[in-house]
Amino acid sequence: SSSQSGMTEREERRFAEVPRESIKLMAESSGVELSEEVAALLAEDVCYRLREATQNSSQFMRHAKRRKLSVEDLNRALRWSNTETICGYGAQDALPFRPLKEGELFFVEDREINLVELALATNIPKGCAETMVRVHVSYLDGKGNLEPQGTVPTAVQSLSEDLLKYYQQITRAILGEDPHLMKVALLDLQSNSKIAALLPYFVYVISGVKSVSHDLDQLNRLLHMVKSLVQNPYLYLGSYVRSLVSSVMYCILEPLAASINPLNDHWTLRDYAALLLSHIFWTHGDLVSGLYHQILLSLQKVLSDPVRPLCSHYGAVVGLHALGWKAVERVLYPHLPAYWANLQAVLDDYSVSNAQVKADGHKVYGAILVAVERLLKMKALSLTLAAEGSGAGLPGTTTGAVSFRENSPGLSPPPEPLSEPPLGIASHLQAGGAGCPWEEWTPVSLPAMYCELYSFFGDSLAVRFSTGLPLGGVPPPGPCQPLEGRKEPASSAPNLENTRKMPQLTASMNISPRQDGSPRMEPQPPSLAATVPGRSLARSSSSSVSRSRSSSSRPGRSTSQSRDIFPKARFPLPQAGPPAFSFIIGGRQMGRRCQGRRFQTSFSPTPPLTTHPPRAYAHKLPVIGRVSKPVRRWTCSHYSLHLPL
Amino acid sequence: ARHNSYRGKKMAAVQDAPMELDAEKETKPEILSDGTSNLSGNTASGTLSSPPLTAGGAPKQEDQQTLIAVLQFLRRNKLTESVEILRREACLEDQEDSQTLDGSGGGKGDGDGGDANSLLSRVSIASAAAPQSTLTPIPVKSEYDQPDVSVVLSAYSQQGDPSLYQVYYSSLKNFIESVLDCHRAELSQLFYPLFVHMYLELVYNNHENKAKAFFEKFSGDQECYYQDDLRILCGLTKKEHLKGNEALLDFRTSRFVLRISRDSYQLLKRHLQERHNNQIWNIIQEHLYIDIFDGMPRSKSQIDSMSGSFAGETRREVNKAKVFYGLLKEPEIEVPLDDEDDEAENEEGKPKKKKTKKDSMGSKSKKQDPNAPQQNRIPLPELKDSDKLDKIMYMKESTKRIRLGPENLPSICFYSFLNAYQGLTAVDFTDDSSLLAGGFADSTVRVWSATPKKLRKVKSAAELNLIDKESDDVLERIMDEKTASESKNLYGHSGPVYGVSFSPDRNYLLSSSEDGTVRLWSLQTFTCLVGYKGHNYPVWDTHFSPFGYYFVSGGHDRVARLWATDHYQPLRIFAGHLADVTCTRFHPNSNYVVTGSTDRTIRLWDVLNGNCVRFFTGHKGPIHSLAFSPNGKFLASGSTDGRVLLWDIGHGLMIGELKGHTDTIYALKFSRDGEILASGSMDNTVRLWDSMKAFDDMETDDFTAATGHIHLPDNSQELLLGMYHSKSTPVTHLHFTRRNLLLAAGAYNSQ
Repeated sequence: SSSQSGMTEREERRFAEVPRESIKLMAESSGVELSEEVAALLAEDVCYRLREATQNSSQFMRHAKRRKLSVEDLNRALRWSNTETICGYGAQDALPFRPLKEGELFFVEDREINLVELALATNIPKGCAETMVRVHVSYLDGKGNLEPQGTVPTAVQSLSEDLLKYYQQITRAILGEDPHLMKVALLDLQSNSKIAALLPYFVYVISGVKSVSHDLDQLNRLLHMVKSLVQNPYLYLGSYVRSLVSSVMYCILEPLAASINPLNDHWTLRDYAALLLSHIFWTHGDLVSGLYHQILLSLQKVLSDPVRPLCSHYGAVVGLHALGWKAVERVLYPHLPAYWANLQAVLDDYSVSNAQVKADGHKVYGAILVAVERLLKMKALSLTLAAEGSGAGLPGTTTGAVSFRENSPGLSPPPEPLSEPPLGIASHLQAGGAGCPWEEWTPVSLPAMYCELYSFFGDSLAVRFSTGLPLGGVPPPGPCQPLEGRKEPASSAPNLENTRKMPQLTASMNISPRQDGSPRMEPQPPSLAATVPGRSLARSSSSSVSRSRSSSSRPGRSTSQSRDIFPKARFPLPQAGPPAFSFIIGGRQMGRRCQGRRFQTSFSPTPPLTTHPPRAYAHKLPVIGRVSKPVRRWTCSHYSLHLPL
Repeated sequence: ARHNSYRGKKMAAVQDAPMELDAEKETKPEILSDGTSNLSGNTASGTLSSPPLTAGGAPKQEDQQTLIAVLQFLRRNKLTESVEILRREACLEDQEDSQTLDGSGGGKGDGDGGDANSLLSRVSIASAAAPQSTLTPIPVKSEYDQPDVSVVLSAYSQQGDPSLYQVYYSSLKNFIESVLDCHRAELSQLFYPLFVHMYLELVYNNHENKAKAFFEKFSGDQECYYQDDLRILCGLTKKEHLKGNEALLDFRTSRFVLRISRDSYQLLKRHLQERHNNQIWNIIQEHLYIDIFDGMPRSKSQIDSMSGSFAGETRREVNKAKVFYGLLKEPEIEVPLDDEDDEAENEEGKPKKKKTKKDSMGSKSKKQDPNAPQQNRIPLPELKDSDKLDKIMYMKESTKRIRLGPENLPSICFYSFLNAYQGLTAVDFTDDSSLLAGGFADSTVRVWSATPKKLRKVKSAAELNLIDKESDDVLERIMDEKTASESKNLYGHSGPVYGVSFSPDRNYLLSSSEDGTVRLWSLQTFTCLVGYKGHNYPVWDTHFSPFGYYFVSGGHDRVARLWATDHYQPLRIFAGHLADVTCTRFHPNSNYVVTGSTDRTIRLWDVLNGNCVRFFTGHKGPIHSLAFSPNGKFLASGSTDGRVLLWDIGHGLMIGELKGHTDTIYALKFSRDGEILASGSMDNTVRLWDSMKAFDDMETDDFTAATGHIHLPDNSQELLLGMYHSKSTPVTHLHFTRRNLLLAAGAYNSQ
């Protein structure tokens, strides 16, 4: 039953043709020898008759009110023109048409069927359901939704019986009481390949988070449902991912009704939701990349809204943390000075009535600390990587780069940084959409950042930082100590230089980060990037134009400089050079503000005074009013959308 | 019988004569009427299917010459049989002619149709307009030798040097492109028929390569709505192909009609004469019919709106015949007073009191509509008691009818056929919306009850003997309660069922099928009563007369047939379409039948004499739905091109074009008062149109009516009142209940 056909290569044709070779072959198979001319004539006639039959068969299709021509239509046309019909092609499924490698032979696959097996098969197909008529009012008084889809409940009814049952069972199990059943349901939701049709309904159910904000347990279950859907490899979330993200965001940010009761552990829920958010961005980056800025904006908005409860702020911080260290760098870090003032006020209030709020404040504090800690670590790591990359790619391009490479000898790039910024997001962040507030964002050098953060957290940061896992860029304490000694003078030198340049700095305040980098020059690739705003940190080392000048002026020193910033900031600094440090801060924060910061450095030795763990003390900044004003200006210049405190 | 010859041949035996007649009636009326008589072998059949033979066209002299030429050719080719036929026709010419002209009326059906005649004899007609005293069943023509195809084809072998066709065509093209704009549009109409004829001639004369080159060069110039035809032509490159292709034989045998203003025509004639372009002129003379009119040349859009059919436009005089489109007088029926619903209503609105005596509808129609036919122009069945009851029900219902309008759109109920894997092909509702029938591709017909009342069969004869025939509820007692069910299946056809139609009294159901038969089913016993055989080819559609008894069917054999339920043979054969008759509808007054065809034309036939009284062109695709307005004045037609066209039957004019659908329109229905037109399509939408506005906006001045040149306003968007989506369910049928609720039906398509 195999038939051959092929397109003639003679000329372009409007129809498929049966070549004369096929005709000859068919004749041969039935024992007739055809001459060339006869075969050609026959071939042409066959083509014409085929077209004619097709033409006629289309009429049967039209009258059957179908769009698809069926084999039956063709057979009818053949029958009415007294031609033998073709048999064996009644199946509904498309028949596979296969080519044969040797020779240009094409045939319809015709597998043999074991009739015995078929007859004895136990899975007897169910008969078709009875044809029936169902009536429903589609449009009352000519009015109705013009959307072909109805509301969700009615649409559910049109799902197949089985799917509907599945949907009911799953939702009941997940939202029900039995934890074991829930686990099973979630597991199935995570792996079932046939539930694409139900996706909108599950998403709809999940969007019900807003109605159960009093019930942590339910919220938790819904979030688990999100997780299962996100992890299901057979589901394409498409535009539904937005709805899922908004539900997750709700759990992260909203002052849930459940959080009124301090006994409710809504913090864990927020942590979990943030984790989920990060997971969504990590696994479905392609779908949600457009959402990234939107989410950053809303997180920032919450963070900068003093009216919001602290649990919302907490959510914003963990959300930013979940979105990656770059998000923290862009949103949280610049906003920190302003936010700090408020948080400080809360933490300083020892009244009994404030106890609960204060406890919440400590939560936020902890979250911020964790976020910035990772920020610093990752930044350090990225610098190292960048240095390594450039060193490997372009040997000797910049001394700075080389120095970084030396700094981490033999260290292969750890996996974390690679996984940290999901590709889509990272690029998004770097590029910054047109007109988005991050466009003007200028990276702050790592040391400067550390210094500023240190001014807030004091030793608690330093402690964490040093005791944290040894990151790529950070040498272990042992080797670092000797470096310290070496660097001490080196570091003071730029600092001195810095102070010298102070007048200039004050003159142009709003671009302080950049000014900050330029005097220090050579050592910091990140600071150099300031001259090229929005440039990738990883690639900043290649922007050697601005750097070349400085590095050439001080070749070799840059190495030590870049190295010593960290160690110095880590431990020796507090005791070794409070004055030096204050200089740095002063240089960074302008003369007017340096007072406040200096306080901080002097505070650092005093942790044992209070009962709080050491890191909790650093925030005791007495002069808060002074800090806020310049910060607002600074903020304004960079965040047009940002509402100043 | 169907397998012994190729379709064209057999059909020709039945149809070719009338078709030829239709095509060439302008020039050879005498010969053609002879042909009809000869072929049918029955002199009585003159009035059966011949459209009116209008005088005019080329003078008789030319015909004689053509005849002689043909005879010579035949003789040369030793086609003696054909020679004989032709000769016989020519010789008989005068005698037959006279007979035809003095009216082929009086008492001619006594031969074959005598027995049938008696069945109708109780009704007599005293109409001056119709010479017949009764509607005479006329037998189907017997098999007879058709004129040899080659005779028809031979005309192609004589026209000029085919190798120069490209030159001829190009020069004409250049000429037309250089004339003034106002004439260019009109003369451009020549392109398509000339192109096709020249191409066919090249093919016929075995100039295969030249034909291909000709096609390549000029096919691009043709209007886009001829694409389907061009596709067929494109594949046809051999003389042998031509022989089997009826569509193109039709093209040859019919004369393509063009309507051109006198000025444009003179321009063309002068040009061709100056250039001595005789070949073109010959083809025009031979194969085209140019309907010349005085006055302004038409614009491109005017031409486009009317063209697109397989045989050109309508000759204006074809649509001049008087059509009695008015409604028949309603019988006077006393409406009983006892209805409590009416009482309740009357309490609110006092002025209504009067209507209890006689229904408003009845009193209105007492005044005879001047456009209505004589009440007994067509013999109609007498009203039974049950019919009268139904009329009363109808009147009651219609008092509760919702007045529809642009501000008051109907509610829509959708009847979805689920699990219709076998393929739903046709749907019909009873007028009172109580029953629903579906025809399926698996040859079954299924009837559902659309009310809670279940369907029951009548008891068997043995059981019927036992019941008390005198009891009051005898009608209830005869029903077998055991058989009550929501639906009943009717088995009998052996091919897909393409059309179903309920009788107005809900006692019968008709179904037409691919197996070539129309079946009549009883809805009392749910069995088949009659199988009407005659079409022999797939029957695409059937429709009951609004008064019952008669029905019409149309099919692949290109004719529509009028039947009476108690006759096993058709009463009339309406022949003239050049391709399949795809849908058929009765006029509300039952005096006319409208048919739509794959040849993209619509014809209105007079049931009384079988004449084609209206011929509408303008569709660009096969017509799949037709609907009369309730007042009988207007017709709506829907086609595969997704457009609905509106026609004024009285004036024979196109009066509107409703664009919007994106796929074939399978359902059209006017609301009960005619204010709203609903259209349903394969594109899964129902659209509602403001038909009142469309009718009011039409141009009614005398000039338009006389010339038929209409300017169609492009106002589809204004007329579209609503568009309603179904859920992947093509709309197969639409129906307005008596209270103006719109019912739509279709099979849910799960793919």
